[in-house]
Amino acid sequence: MSRFRVAVHIVPRRGLLDPQGKAVTDALHTLGFSSVQDVHVGRHLIVEMDAADRSAAERSTRDMCTKLLANPVIEDFEIANVSSV
Amino acid sequence: MKFGIVTFPGSNCDYDAYHAVIDALGEEATYLWHKDHDLRGSDVVILPGGFSYGDYLRPGAIARFSPIMREVIAHADRGAPVLGICNGFQIACEAGMLPGALLRNASLRFVCDAIRMRVENADTQFTNRYDRGQLITIPIAHGDGRYTADGETLARIEGEGRVVFRYVGGPGDADEWWSPNGSMNAIAGIVNAAGNVLGMMPHPERAVDDLLGSSDGMGVFESILSRVAA
Repeated sequence: MSRFRVAVHIVPRRGLLDPQGKAVTDALHTLGFSSVQDVHVGRHLIVEMDAADRSAAERSTRDMCTKLLANPVIEDFEIANVSSV
Repeated sequence: MKFGIVTFPGSNCDYDAYHAVIDALGEEATYLWHKDHDLRGSDVVILPGGFSYGDYLRPGAIARFSPIMREVIAHADRGAPVLGICNGFQIACEAGMLPGALLRNASLRFVCDAIRMRVENADTQFTNRYDRGQLITIPIAHGDGRYTADGETLARIEGEGRVVFRYVGGPGDADEWWSPNGSMNAIAGIVNAAGNVLGMMPHPERAVDDLLGSSDGMGVFESILSRVAA
């Protein structure tokens, strides 16, 4: 067993109204960042865990995402990074 | 009839529900702690409003794993009534007892107001004391009430008459759909396919006395009573 740090991005499902993202987009436009097309506001989680190897850590985190960390009705998730601790 | 009212850490409408059952309806009620493993003979379970587990992760996401929820889901699977109000609606969705999910209000503002809604289906065990199309006024108080489901689910619950309450009448025509939170089709409350689980964002337990502005919520409790008594 080794210890891993798994980073997960959870974002609102594409196509769903994302009022937070829209508010941030508008604010960026107000600040002059006119090239910004869209912003999505989600969550970033870091899971520290013990696993046999990197792929086991990733697999397990994926399972956590479908069961609790993300709600598949409204959110998409992405394993952003798996690093050894 | 005995109502079991679940208290999660962060629930804050459990006492209002208790008051509605005991003082307004004149029935029996008991609090069920979220770590309990039995419903103590409750005929009806109420998942009350509040901010269970601080709304951490997503509203209702963690509460659904409380020990009592295993019993609540079994109770619902037996066809017995479960009423999820506000945070209770969110919990019921997260637990898969109802389809869809509740997202942050489109306005990004917490909305606290007496709101009009229309009874879209008066043939459920939660609404048989109302008339179809009846307009009722009940308070809402939530930041995450934007009902959302995929197109197929939405079409199904609409087609099956499972949209029980719909927000109506902003400015202008009272019959216009109007959503205070951006919910799809102005949905305020839905039932599951079997019709024994109701989730609604408005608070019927806060509308049980004219002195406090409205008694329009009594119909929900009286409907449950008349159905089981019948």
